Amino acid sequence: MGEMQIRPLTLNFGPQHPAAHGVLRLVLEMDGEVIQRADPHIGLLHRGTEKLIEQKTYLQALPYFDRLDYVSPMNQEHVWALAIESALQIEVPRRAQLIRVMFCEIGRILNHLLNLTTFAIDVGAMTPLLWGFEEREHLMEFCERASGARLHAAYFRPGGVHQDIPDGLAEDILNWCDKFPNFITDLETLLTDNRIFKQRTVDIGVLSADNALAFGMSGPVIRASGLAWDLRKSNPYDAYDEMKFDIPVGKTGDCYARYLVRVEEMKQSLSIIKQAIHKMEPGPVLAQNNKITPPRRGDMKMSMESLIHHFKIYTEGFHVPASESYTAVEAPKGEFGVYLVSDGSNKPYRCKIRAPGYFFMAAVDEMSRGHMLADSVAIIGSLDVVFGEIDR
Amino acid sequence: MTTADTIHPEMTTNNTESSFEALATQLLANSAERVPSLKGQLVYRCELNKLISVLKLLKSNENLEFSQLSDLTAVDYPGRIQRFELVYQLLSITHNQRIRIICAIDEGQIVPSATGVYKSAEWPEREVWDMYGLFFSDHPDLRRLLTDYGFEGHPLRKDFPLTGYVEIRYDDIERRVAYQPVQLTQEYRDFDFLSPWEGDQELVHSSLNAEAENKEHAKKDGGS
Repeated sequence: MGEMQIRPLTLNFGPQHPAAHGVLRLVLEMDGEVIQRADPHIGLLHRGTEKLIEQKTYLQALPYFDRLDYVSPMNQEHVWALAIESALQIEVPRRAQLIRVMFCEIGRILNHLLNLTTFAIDVGAMTPLLWGFEEREHLMEFCERASGARLHAAYFRPGGVHQDIPDGLAEDILNWCDKFPNFITDLETLLTDNRIFKQRTVDIGVLSADNALAFGMSGPVIRASGLAWDLRKSNPYDAYDEMKFDIPVGKTGDCYARYLVRVEEMKQSLSIIKQAIHKMEPGPVLAQNNKITPPRRGDMKMSMESLIHHFKIYTEGFHVPASESYTAVEAPKGEFGVYLVSDGSNKPYRCKIRAPGYFFMAAVDEMSRGHMLADSVAIIGSLDVVFGEIDR
Repeated sequence: MTTADTIHPEMTTNNTESSFEALATQLLANSAERVPSLKGQLVYRCELNKLISVLKLLKSNENLEFSQLSDLTAVDYPGRIQRFELVYQLLSITHNQRIRIICAIDEGQIVPSATGVYKSAEWPEREVWDMYGLFFSDHPDLRRLLTDYGFEGHPLRKDFPLTGYVEIRYDDIERRVAYQPVQLTQEYRDFDFLSPWEGDQELVHSSLNAEAENKEHAKKDGGS
């Protein structure tokens, strides 16, 4: 038998595969079942958010941020609100800061619940997803009670939050915080020592600390690689400097370490939620500046000036002095940043959104080379990618 | 109001930030110029031919150690002589500092790729090529990233219309997806809310300045 020519197989993974987490098309060059090169084709969910934002007033641009990473919408709104606040130099009332911190951490748990449970289903465990989504439902109810929307809240506004949380919500969240550790225990019972889960994730998709830096990683992914880097600690915004919490750090940088880091982060988030609620005192939730924040509905019934301000804010909007700035927050997935260029008008001149998942996706090639086809599913699952933010 | 066990770099930045800034300015003295920025942000401008050496310096100098390129983007200023600005956001995890390098370039000028210095530049450079049509030399794989296969034009340029040029539909007869020129049942409504009485003084001022600047440049170009 003479020499045989073996042609590498090109395999299309997605965009319709459930493990592709939405709309990823991954073109894999395979040698048998081993991946030689992975070429992610993104952009199938590209909606031109950055171009649209250039055409909207600053306030109208805010709901677009909900629709980027639709798993943890309020964390995205937060960065937009912070970017505008830093350009306008407005102070956010303390109660609003604490409400924001609380909902950011609720968003983090929402996100990690979805990621961990879908990751589990990607590698073969179905039960966590069914249980996890019940918990997500509770959290989305809390979001609904505060903002009226389960997902696309548009709740964080420049200068604070849109409305105060209703009576009883804080108590209900505290009650939920007492019950939730049971769920984490159940989840860990199912996964942490699970033989199959470990076989699918340990030593898969290892990312060294140097590589994590070189590829622009952030959030749980960079922490799983051993770097204790968290923007909530290193560059605290809102009330995060008052919160006591630890940064979980992984040792191995593989898919399993990323799982463990996220589980621990949920526990830390719970503690931050409790601290934020205990620190809350009655007070205003929106900065009082008639040119930037809308007047209360009650004032508008009585005062002509409030009515005019309301009209001007929702038509012309406010003007942001000419400036450029980069603002970043620790979103559940990692560093979520906005590079905002304003020209002094009522619309942003340029708004570049730095999504953490975008850089994760770019590293998939490096991480999955030499692994088996089934491992690419575990790698994508452990990276926590949502195409709303990657494609923008 | 900080707790004892919380790491709070803001407390110490008053000293370190200014000395860090002084150090960065000193190291970049020959190649980049500090430009005014909002509080707490380090922004430098540099020439295109010095860009890569600046990035290399920032990455390798042990007192700066900007080990991560956290973002790379471009901004379009159609009114300017040098139409585009490239913006590099660097992060130093060891020193907890960020720096921004801005580099103005003309349309059609070729940019040296930063992928040799920072691996994370690969996709952002593809995106800038896609969205702005700026070409990067020495890039390993400069394809479009976000737009459709076979897309024409560069959508984030200011002269690209918001609604685009083509739309797609499923053609029942040919049984495939077909492109056709975009048809709007209603024209895109771009309301001009800028009040003529107040609020846009700065804008008027800046556009006047830009015009004056352009005229000056045009004179220079004509004279030389």
